[in-house]
Amino acid sequence: MSTSMKWFWFASPQTFFPLAGTLARWSGVLAVLLALAGLYVGFFVAPTDAQQGEAYRIIFIHVPAAWMSMFLYVVMAFWAAIGLAFNTRLSGMMASAIAPTGALFTFIALWTGSLWGRPTWGAYWVWDARLTSELILLFLYLGFMALQAAIDDPRRADRAGAVLAIVGVVNVPIIYYSVKWWNTLHQGASVSLTRAPSMASTMLTGMLLMALAFWAYSIAASLVRVRCIIRERE
Amino acid sequence: MNWGGWAEFWAMGGKGFYVWGSYAVTFACLAIEIVLLRRRTREAKA
Repeated sequence: MSTSMKWFWFASPQTFFPLAGTLARWSGVLAVLLALAGLYVGFFVAPTDAQQGEAYRIIFIHVPAAWMSMFLYVVMAFWAAIGLAFNTRLSGMMASAIAPTGALFTFIALWTGSLWGRPTWGAYWVWDARLTSELILLFLYLGFMALQAAIDDPRRADRAGAVLAIVGVVNVPIIYYSVKWWNTLHQGASVSLTRAPSMASTMLTGMLLMALAFWAYSIAASLVRVRCIIRERE
Repeated sequence: MNWGGWAEFWAMGGKGFYVWGSYAVTFACLAIEIVLLRRRTREAKA
């Protein structure tokens, strides 16, 4: 088998099916271990915040969930675009498999943000650029799922969903940069690639462990769901 | 170690409602997704 053929080998749902099962199992185990480590660091190692007291401990799920909500949308739109361009069956299935988990993390980011906003800003919700664009992200996920559910033919549903997913990807940089572009109540990024993180290193460790845990969880959940979709369609 | 005892841990400096409300709903959501995925897998196999 030539190298290029090997790449196409796993693009077939039947050959991907067993691989997805193995990957899902290991990702699930990894997610549990990382979450236990992250929660331990978050609650027992990271110190009390000088300004916010204990309420800041919501950060260990809020920031990782918000990252996942945006990252999963980009991955979903990527698979949708590949499916639209090359008409590969598995790509559309991957996009459909990621959407519910992405919507879930978007909801978690909004929910935990609201419970964090109340003790720090005095309000559960404000129509601020960051919060509003994240709410639009939730509607994009739900719209994608509703559109696909409304079309009976799965290949047509994939193509229609792909167009929506690709158009909606413009919202992701808006969410990310909203705290810079507009005056918002939401604080700026605590962690960025261009400068040192503005938080205690143990806090950062806890947050990164939880981010990796959510990452592993998302891989596991999406792969289990794509296996269901393969079984249902083929 | 941050806490003088379990009571202090659960109180979260008076912010227990917000902290535990966040964690409880997050893990409940993940648990529901896992249950739904298990059910869907069972139905897809049948």
